Amino acid sequence: MDDQDHDSVYDGLLGGDDSQWAFGTSFEDPLAGVDTTVPDGVDRTALAAYCLMLGDDALVASHRLSQWCSRAPDLEDDIALANIALDLLGQARLLLARAAAADPAVVPALPEGSPVPPEDALAFFRDQDAFRNVRLVEQVNGDFAATVVRLLVLATWRLALMQRLATSRDPVLSAIAAKAVKEITYHRDYAGRWVVTLAQGTAESRRRVQAGLATVWPLRWELDRDHAVEAELAEVGVGVRPSSVAAEVDVLLDQVLGVADLERPDVKPIGAHGGLTGRDGRHTEQLGLVLAELQSVARVHPQGRW
Amino acid sequence: MTVTAAPAGHRQSTALEVASRVVDPELPMLTLADLGVLRGVEQDGAHVVVTITPTYSGCPAMAAMRDDLLRTLGEHGYDAEVRVSLHPAWTSDWISARGRAALRRHGISPPGPAPSGPVTLSLLPTRRDVTCPQCGSGRTELTSEFGSTACKALYRCADCLEPFDHVKEI
Repeated sequence: MDDQDHDSVYDGLLGGDDSQWAFGTSFEDPLAGVDTTVPDGVDRTALAAYCLMLGDDALVASHRLSQWCSRAPDLEDDIALANIALDLLGQARLLLARAAAADPAVVPALPEGSPVPPEDALAFFRDQDAFRNVRLVEQVNGDFAATVVRLLVLATWRLALMQRLATSRDPVLSAIAAKAVKEITYHRDYAGRWVVTLAQGTAESRRRVQAGLATVWPLRWELDRDHAVEAELAEVGVGVRPSSVAAEVDVLLDQVLGVADLERPDVKPIGAHGGLTGRDGRHTEQLGLVLAELQSVARVHPQGRW
Repeated sequence: MTVTAAPAGHRQSTALEVASRVVDPELPMLTLADLGVLRGVEQDGAHVVVTITPTYSGCPAMAAMRDDLLRTLGEHGYDAEVRVSLHPAWTSDWISARGRAALRRHGISPPGPAPSGPVTLSLLPTRRDVTCPQCGSGRTELTSEFGSTACKALYRCADCLEPFDHVKEI
């Protein structure tokens, strides 16, 4: 290299420009101009925790799905999975921003002058035990069959929750949910069609979708359980009790299994660990691996410069 | 975020006229107004508040749309501010007749009416009456529910054999 003018190839990117691209070039609040007043009678700490739960489910699921990018069985599905990941990332961004607006205390402190917006601080600078996602979303992708089975379970459950959340007393949450319903409808159809296609394909594709069901099914237990925060928010008309959608989710999954001619797997549920679940920040080792990949660059460069 | 206003003499068009000319960064044949993303322009002298509604939650073009609105209004002497409105959620029904015609002219099939009523599980390929924007044939087939962006599906014409994007109904 004989380029004496630059110490590093990145110099030109940094220059005098304050657009620190490690965190994107636009730091604008995704809720700019939206009234984020917490409704009467709602505890802001509980509301923030609830938004973190729904936001972390989307964030971690999005990251796992994005790992398919350039590795999916064909180009159409590569694009489909990336687009589904993008929808979920968008939901995560709004929900984490809503959590930060409801209770700024949930946002990790960063060095002075850091350009990282609150929703990015929540995504990149929280430790594993502060993540409140269900353990279903953090598991390794496995093969394509396991991925579409997991997506079917996630989308069916999340769609049922979001349909009810669209009438939440929190206008921000209700708007995010109404939007999410339109997006997740596609996710559920996409996953359901692939489960049916694989089940009715070759002996090998059928074997793989059955194996996928066996690994995903035990993690459903946690989805139907009401965490204290979810129960509290449901009580004040802001949240939804997961137990209230369990029967509907069951019927819908049975419909897909019926069309696919697949049996419900006879497997033991993965329950709480020391009384705690993902909703309490108790995770499997898989989340640590996701976070290492997701967070390492941001944590090394909290000022967004290097 | 605000953009410094140019001298007042530069303001020869109303803020609504200026904002209505800004185009979508990914569908440049459509203005943000034709796309239905531009929901309101309130003008008080040189100060302008523009309200936009995102198409999809994760649409990466939102920041570019905001920046384009701020820059264009700034160039016309307005001190602009962009606010987000999440409710009601954007629907493809908000794409104007002019926008639909522009899409078709550029080889993109415009959306049909957005679904309404209860959300149903659909395990069969989505059925839409999609007309090929190239040759006008109604014999078209879905190749992927997700196309070049989250808001489009990929189709192929069985007559002229051209692939094309279809803006999805949401």
